[in-house]
Amino acid sequence: MKDKILINGRSQDWQQGMTVRDALKMMNYTFPMLVIKIDGELVPKDAYDTTTIPEGADVMIVHLISGG
Amino acid sequence: MKAIDYFCERDPDAFPLWQKATVGIAGAGGLGSNCAIMLARAGIGKLIVADFDKVSLSNLNRQSFNIDQVGMPKTDALKMNIRMINPFIQLQMHDLRLTPNNIPSLFKDVDVMIEAFDKDSQKLMLIETWFKHHPKIPLICASGLAGYGRSEEIKIQHEGSFYIVGDQSSRLKDGISPIAPRVMIVAAMQANLSLEIIAGKDK
Repeated sequence: MKDKILINGRSQDWQQGMTVRDALKMMNYTFPMLVIKIDGELVPKDAYDTTTIPEGADVMIVHLISGG
Repeated sequence: MKAIDYFCERDPDAFPLWQKATVGIAGAGGLGSNCAIMLARAGIGKLIVADFDKVSLSNLNRQSFNIDQVGMPKTDALKMNIRMINPFIQLQMHDLRLTPNNIPSLFKDVDVMIEAFDKDSQKLMLIETWFKHHPKIPLICASGLAGYGRSEEIKIQHEGSFYIVGDQSSRLKDGISPIAPRVMIVAAMQANLSLEIIAGKDK
């Protein structure tokens, strides 16, 4: 997929050097606690600014909510 | 009582696999206590459960403890309650706070791991620790179970060995705890999913 990534199964625009933080901004994700996997690999919370998303990546973003 | 009498009328294909299996449960609160009891009834061979907390009166709206257990460590109370249901299951209970340092070794031999914490930060701590150390062992988490009703919104999302059960949207209101049915639906779905994974029937 040229210039595209999948986020939760939906095609989204991709740019060279796009970080996880950039993708969250683009998607207006403001939730405080998330689980993010890129092509099956978990991205730790402290690596959102430094992890870049490769072109064509399959990204999973889910909300993590207190309660149990 | 003999095991052969206790374990009658069981699924001939799945039950032997469940008997050989070990399930880890991080937390013995609303999710963990209910999940553990269901897995004990189903015939899982061994449970490893960890929690640092003591039973309090406010837990009784959703956690599988009794009035006379208030003040007891949850792991002790849960062990008593499971023993009254299934005397044959192996139980390894740990009355301690789970951290990135002790999680990898405590749960290294489980077939399936269940996240049964209350706080979102604890949930994330377990997820990050788990995929760093045991990325191939299935981890079943819970997220979004506050309130009541809307049972049909509770679903399972899945990516590789990561599973998450819940509605992914219901947030707790300040000072209001989760309520038994929705917590128990999620706990039941976590237990059900772990039986499915161990039986080799998950997709």
